[in-house]
Amino acid sequence: MNQLADRGRPIPPRRRPRFRIWLLRHAQVALASLGRLARSPLSSLMTILVIGIALSLPTGLHLLLKNVQQLGGTWDGAASISLYLMQDVDQKEVGQLAERLRSMRGVDEIRVISRDQALNEFRQLSGFSGALEALEGNPLPAVLVVKPDADHSSPASAKALLNQLQALDRVEFGQLDLQWVRRFQAITEIARRAVLVLASLLAAAVLLIVVNTIRLEIQNRHAEIEVTKLIGGTDAFIRRPFLYLGIWYGLFGGIAAGLLVGLSLWLLKSPVARLSGLYNSDFGLTSMDLASLASLIAISVLLGLCGAWLAVARHLNDIEPS
Amino acid sequence: MIHFDNVSKRYPGGHQGLSDVSLHIEAGEMVFLTGHSGAGKSTLLKLIGLLERSTRGQVRVGGRNLTRLKRRQIPYHRREVGMIFQDHRLLYDRTVFDNVAMPLVVAGLSHGEVSRRVRAVLDKVGLLSKEKLYPITLSGGEQQRVGIARAVVSKPPVVLADEPTGNLDPDLSRDIMVLFERFNQVGVTLLIATHDLELISRLKKRTLILEQGRLVKDSGH
Repeated sequence: MNQLADRGRPIPPRRRPRFRIWLLRHAQVALASLGRLARSPLSSLMTILVIGIALSLPTGLHLLLKNVQQLGGTWDGAASISLYLMQDVDQKEVGQLAERLRSMRGVDEIRVISRDQALNEFRQLSGFSGALEALEGNPLPAVLVVKPDADHSSPASAKALLNQLQALDRVEFGQLDLQWVRRFQAITEIARRAVLVLASLLAAAVLLIVVNTIRLEIQNRHAEIEVTKLIGGTDAFIRRPFLYLGIWYGLFGGIAAGLLVGLSLWLLKSPVARLSGLYNSDFGLTSMDLASLASLIAISVLLGLCGAWLAVARHLNDIEPS
Repeated sequence: MIHFDNVSKRYPGGHQGLSDVSLHIEAGEMVFLTGHSGAGKSTLLKLIGLLERSTRGQVRVGGRNLTRLKRRQIPYHRREVGMIFQDHRLLYDRTVFDNVAMPLVVAGLSHGEVSRRVRAVLDKVGLLSKEKLYPITLSGGEQQRVGIARAVVSKPPVVLADEPTGNLDPDLSRDIMVLFERFNQVGVTLLIATHDLELISRLKKRTLILEQGRLVKDSGH
């Protein structure tokens, strides 16, 4: 009869720092959500794989693009300026000019093509040797091929260097062979945008997948939510397990994407090496660095959390005890 | 403890749940609420637990004006009002222990505190030996006692019961009522909706009779 007599006496709460209790509770909820994932491994795995595949596509393309841009970067340095000298510049003057240019700022290397060399090269390569025989004397000018140094090989600064060189005495005109660099950059820019668009679309897809998965989970736990509201569970309390579920989906989805990308790159590695070997290049695919992997997983977790939040915001208020 | 001032509740669609009900229940009272089905018993209880809001008039519980309570304050109000249902509303994927522990977990008590209090209340309702079982394996009377344990485990000052003996045979109903009387003896305010008139007449407690949403008789006044 008097078992309830302690009612009036408040039970002294055990003194523990609030933050630690809060942390402990979050850890418990996080683990419980993880347990829920583990209890239906097949459907969890499928959701995780769908997220992983959706994220691995833009990640993989982004990495490939980065590789290609790197390739473009090495070509960038190959931009060179051909300076065509005036016809009446003799061999000695060509040498002096080359000496002068070598000490100029922005110039890395000078290659001299004398008129005779130019003629020889032309004979060998053009197939017009017969036509040249018909000419009197050598119509070709001497050429100085200027290789800008690293600081002057971007299109803009190489152009400035060209203008400077063209103004020199004894120089007929100069030509900057940049067109293809520009085209290449334009193409990679288009590819970059395309990857960005694709990434946005697939991120939206991941968001929708998570929203839908969490929505189903909310439906499955209808009774639990109702009872929790009945006994005074706050919205934050009810929301928490679903948000953690979203975080877990995001985390595992991100890891799955990382693994898929790693696997794909590994499969591409040796054919790419063979191809670049054929081009006498030491170009090789760089795999995913740790920072990219970390940001991939961070984005994935964020998408999971946002998706869960959207689902919860949309559907939790629908459930009210009656 | 519980004040109703000219309270009306009209449901969307026009059904009048309550019409102009005024009443006052003191702290520590045990009150029966009776009337035909559809007379407004459940509506009255729902207004106290804020499962519904009144369309007119004022409901106050423990000095708290429910008419003005904001949505996010509702959970804290519900922690002070234990609710018992005819259909128990237990979660069948959790053990008896976990069901009863829910209000304490929600309130953020430490693990040790939770198990101490849950065992104490399960002992009171005579189910301590069944704490690890799932509710589905229990009889109707036992399930109802789990529901009662859950309603009182956090020691709310007010406990509401909606047809708590509705599905039980007379012996079990008597057991449940004995439990309620014990809670009442330690100061819990109890409001029990029932149409079991035999039970009411035997206990000789204050009885409110509702008819078509109106309070037609209040035996205590």
